[in-house]
Amino acid sequence: MALEKITTVTGRGVYVPGDDIDTDRIIPARFMKCVTFDGLGQYMFHDVRFTEDGDEKTHPLNDPRFEGASILLSGENFGCGSSREHAPQAMYRFGIRAVVAESFAEIFFGNSTTLGMPCVEATAEQIVRMAEIIRADPSAQITVDVGSSTVTCGGEVFNVTVRESAREALLGGRWDPIAELLEADDAIRETASRLPYL
Amino acid sequence: MSATRQEPDTQPKSLFEKVWDAHSVRTLENGQTQLFIGTHLIHEVTSPQAFGMLRDLNLRVRHPERTFATVDHIVPTDTRIEPFADPLADGMIRELRKNCGEFGVTMFDTGSGKQGIVHMVGPEQGITQPGMTVACGDSHTSTHGAFGAIAFGIGTSQVRDVLATQTIAMSKPKVRRINVHGKLGPGVYAKDVVLHLIRVLGVKGGIGYAYEYGGSVFDAMSMEERMTVCNMSIEGGARCGYVNPDQATVAYIKGRPYAPRASEWAEAEARWLALASDEGCRYDDVVNIRAEDIAPTVTWGINPGQAIFIGETVPTVEGAPEDEKANIAEALEHMKLTPGAAIAGTKIDVAFFGSCTNGRMSDFIEAAKYLRGHRVAANVKAIAVPGSQIVKYQCEELGIDQVFRDAGFEWRDAGCSMCLAMNPDKLVGDQLCASSSNRNFKGRQGSVTGRTVLMSPVMVMAAAVTGEVSDAREVFKTEPNTVSA
Ligand code: SF4
Repeated sequence: MALEKITTVTGRGVYVPGDDIDTDRIIPARFMKCVTFDGLGQYMFHDVRFTEDGDEKTHPLNDPRFEGASILLSGENFGCGSSREHAPQAMYRFGIRAVVAESFAEIFFGNSTTLGMPCVEATAEQIVRMAEIIRADPSAQITVDVGSSTVTCGGEVFNVTVRESAREALLGGRWDPIAELLEADDAIRETASRLPYL
Repeated sequence: MSATRQEPDTQPKSLFEKVWDAHSVRTLENGQTQLFIGTHLIHEVTSPQAFGMLRDLNLRVRHPERTFATVDHIVPTDTRIEPFADPLADGMIRELRKNCGEFGVTMFDTGSGKQGIVHMVGPEQGITQPGMTVACGDSHTSTHGAFGAIAFGIGTSQVRDVLATQTIAMSKPKVRRINVHGKLGPGVYAKDVVLHLIRVLGVKGGIGYAYEYGGSVFDAMSMEERMTVCNMSIEGGARCGYVNPDQATVAYIKGRPYAPRASEWAEAEARWLALASDEGCRYDDVVNIRAEDIAPTVTWGINPGQAIFIGETVPTVEGAPEDEKANIAEALEHMKLTPGAAIAGTKIDVAFFGSCTNGRMSDFIEAAKYLRGHRVAANVKAIAVPGSQIVKYQCEELGIDQVFRDAGFEWRDAGCSMCLAMNPDKLVGDQLCASSSNRNFKGRQGSVTGRTVLMSPVMVMAAAVTGEVSDAREVFKTEPNTVSA
């Protein structure tokens, strides 16, 4: 089960400002009544993008200039709250391939990495600058380089933070750990045999 | 690794380290640990995709006897007649039954008398025990840490990983010891302690940490109170939270269905107590809080850290630090509160009592003690939702349900209900809800414009009877029933 090695992600960006954007906001609970993740993309950020009557609100994600963007920029503690993998799954199915934020909630970070969607951390100033660049030119290309821990945005290079475990997993094509976990059959049995409560 | 560590056997260790080490299978290529999960809890919302992935990979459940299921998130609480009115919800429950049947997993189903919110079922059944690793596809899995277990909320792909391998890949967090010293004042509850901690440390203060709670306040707490605090560890950003096991822990587990058998009890008890963090062990950080500084706390904003004491005023944008201004403005706009005004006196439309934070027996006993003889204010919709069927039946035996019914509360069956509103219990429009749950995120309670004010159960009672956010100590203080237990 060799996975693709994820070294860089390139695409256009969209800025969703705000801190503590929780997973309830990324995918409201009512859209989780499903037994597969298929089709979740259309509901990503649903309640901030649409009114209760289904009309589009003014939001960067509805702005035609940012249509097709695959790199999402945001603030601190992105993806906090619920452990729902429906959140990164919805983003991935919407077309997002990488997230650049000031910081990430941990369960969201792990869920995203397992999907092969890198989450990299930049400073508030860097994100404001990137947002300025894409506001001025929505066609500006952004490249998230996992190996060199940089984000290139409209020609400017930003040094960002890529967590070591995620970098290893993405570059090594091991971002979904299931194959590696399954390999350890004997070691798992050995650990289990040492646990007094099993 | 052990070669560089000095005298590995005599180093004092925290409970976290002991449990982590005992469950470490190996180090993975990316430096994470492959960690054995002793107890896996599943529910209807985050497990169906995992079972689907398992089938795609042609794998089996490795330890069905260590996997336990229940339905909680979408189950209706007003009727248990099937099929449920919502065909999607009905389908998800059926899917879980099918998966449990096919893979040999024990399920505490609606007809079992033991169904309830997954974080209540584990402790009630004695499944949750000290020194275990617990995982569940739900962020409030941290609840189980009250027993000195290390309990993680996980995503659905990790649910698959646990089903298939009984392990997950995890980075080892640091450990922060949080001491709450002193004695809580009257009317100050475990919920106030945790809301205060999150307020002080911030909603992202715990990122990268496991929280160990201790100090005289935790020593004095019941297991149910400890669960309330550990439950909300995740709201402070921590990966998990726990309390060291002591006699209260042991006493709680004794006699429960999955507790160790009598012949193994003494050994288990000794082993559990020895798991507590060693004197002099190293913590990555230590925080000290004075119990006397904590008053009944309510949230005013859209995350659990946006909290104030009941006597305080709603913040203003002008008075906020520069980097907080935008967040405060957004919260004020959503909550439609007047900056600088007292939070007490804010009109409520709904009172919700329940959830895995505060839907336990002791919560119902304490709330009923004050509610008895009062009426819910006109125009307030009030619902009481026991966290489990066991709590519901116990309340009914004790006549506690009647106290709620007489007061004008709707008395419901067990489930998550309006904590996340995936079932028919939802706010409407911009209704404001006084809620004993754990999240006040925008839209959390089922209406995009709905507003949530988090508080302790007794504070929910005070809000329900006065129709506004109120100081329960004032509302109930002159009532004769406050002295009876
Ligand atoms: S009661 Fe609320 S927080 Fe607890 S498991 Fe249910 S939905 Fe999650």
